[in-house]
Amino acid sequence: METLITLLVGVLVAVGVYLLLAKEMLRIILGTAILSHAIHLLLLTMGGLKKGAVPLLTEEAAEYTDALPQALILTAIVISFAVTAFLLVLSYRVYQESGKGPRLRGQQDE
Amino acid sequence: MNNLLVLPMILPVLVGVLLVFLRPYIRVQRVLTILTTIASAGVAAYCLQRIHVHGIMRLDFGDWLPPHGILFVGDSFAMLLVLAASVVSSIILLYAFTSTGIETETMFFYPFFLFLVAGVNGSFLTGDLFNLFVCFEVMLLASYVLLTLGGRKMQLKEGITYVLINVLASWFFLLGIAYLYGALGTLNMAHIAVRVAESGQGPLLTLIAIIFLLVFSLKAGLLLYFWLPGSYSAPPTAVAALFGALLTKVGIYALYRMFTLIFIHDPLIYKIIGVLAVVTMVGGCLGAIAYSDIRQIVSYNVIISVGFVLTGLAIATNTAFQGASYYLIHDMVSKALLFLLAGTIVYLTGRSKFNEISGLIRNYPLVGWLFFITMLAIAGIPPFSGFIGKIYIGLGAIETGSYVLLAVAFLSSIGVLYSLLRIFLNSFWGETIISEDDQKPFEKKMAVPLVLLAVLVVGLGVGAELLSPYIQDAADTLSNPELYIKAVMGDDLE
Repeated sequence: METLITLLVGVLVAVGVYLLLAKEMLRIILGTAILSHAIHLLLLTMGGLKKGAVPLLTEEAAEYTDALPQALILTAIVISFAVTAFLLVLSYRVYQESGKGPRLRGQQDE
Repeated sequence: MNNLLVLPMILPVLVGVLLVFLRPYIRVQRVLTILTTIASAGVAAYCLQRIHVHGIMRLDFGDWLPPHGILFVGDSFAMLLVLAASVVSSIILLYAFTSTGIETETMFFYPFFLFLVAGVNGSFLTGDLFNLFVCFEVMLLASYVLLTLGGRKMQLKEGITYVLINVLASWFFLLGIAYLYGALGTLNMAHIAVRVAESGQGPLLTLIAIIFLLVFSLKAGLLLYFWLPGSYSAPPTAVAALFGALLTKVGIYALYRMFTLIFIHDPLIYKIIGVLAVVTMVGGCLGAIAYSDIRQIVSYNVIISVGFVLTGLAIATNTAFQGASYYLIHDMVSKALLFLLAGTIVYLTGRSKFNEISGLIRNYPLVGWLFFITMLAIAGIPPFSGFIGKIYIGLGAIETGSYVLLAVAFLSSIGVLYSLLRIFLNSFWGETIISEDDQKPFEKKMAVPLVLLAVLVVGLGVGAELLSPYIQDAADTLSNPELYIKAVMGDDLE
């Protein structure tokens, strides 16, 4: 299961990087969003996937699920949500200001 | 008493949230903001003294004992930086009161200022790796807003680059955290240090170390500084000063924490940091000399000092750590002053290229002399504040025989001196270009923060003896990670 998810993370990273290298701002923002999904999955995998027990620990628990990665991911999701929202607004402002879609690379007439 | 430790972070956050609701009352906002930063400076000063007497302070949130909960750890190194950051940001605020327009001020300028300060203080104080990530993000989100607030085309353009670079850096930060958690199963920095020491720093951990090196190099501007000159010269003066004084320092602090506490077993890392520092200093000098835009030159000066402080980390002896602690504090104060002066020059003349300005010292003698003092301080000429830091880092380099680092570090001072002297000679000397009639008045309110910072620059140089016990504490903690680990984990290691 872990291997499968790791492969999935790899695919997501590849897609994210491809989008990041695009010219249009919207694609770049989507790229960062996909990259952040990839890293959240990776965090989850690193804590070990399902182990068939609740994340509660009694004195002599034989098995339990590590709850920490979930907490980390929750925080990371909130942060990446905020940053993505900010980036979208920012690129919309640039669009308003310049009258055309913002482009990060290539020639720009100024 | 350890509860005090949370104040430098929680106070700005709470007051910042409160100020969001006080949007129309600018005066109230100003007073509350500056009271908050002064209060956190006071708390930091008190804690510093307490750490000196009683040892490192620790605050476990919710009484979850380490390594289980999140905690704040106040050692002298962190607390000195918190103190310097709070003092410098209070003074920058004074400048912001006069220089920031009313439109910007009503657009939540002060809340975001406070959030940025909170993020910076939190990053210095936290003892948990993931919490460090969160504090970084608090600081960065506030800095995104401050950078783009006002919405000039230049700001928006640089803003997009800055945000994307930092999103990517944060992504690598999470990657490092994920790998580290997978490898060691803990996020408490002291606990990580213990486990790394137990398992030995194998190839896997060295790889993780290099990921963290990449992340913090991006944030600090070590080698990966391509984004820095643009985004530090775009925002309004007060914000640029805040960035120049605080933001890269947080990256530098994180590098110091990582490589004096956790990944200390592989000498290769220090060699890499040394090489990066050398390249950074050379690149920064080239940039500082190449441009004629004052704000660009000033931004490249930030890069040079990043390289310089990190030579201290590459050398990694107690003496070098003392030098680095001194130099970091000096750098916060003097870079804030330098950015404010550069902004003031641009504001007074309406031009930003130094070869288009001349004879300013006749119109504004105070600005001229302050610039002169700053220049000497940053170049490291006694009795100003840069001198002691440079001496100690130099001594450390001689102790370990790293003569290349020594040579480049001291040559970079000449680069700094040359780049600033060019501004001084061209803009302040010569025939004046502004006639007395249409010379913009240099308001007293604007002069006060500049003079205060200059007094600090001189004071840090002359009164270095006063600081030295705390600096000694900081260097001791950096060179003996056991002190930090013991303070967090208690005496029974595992």
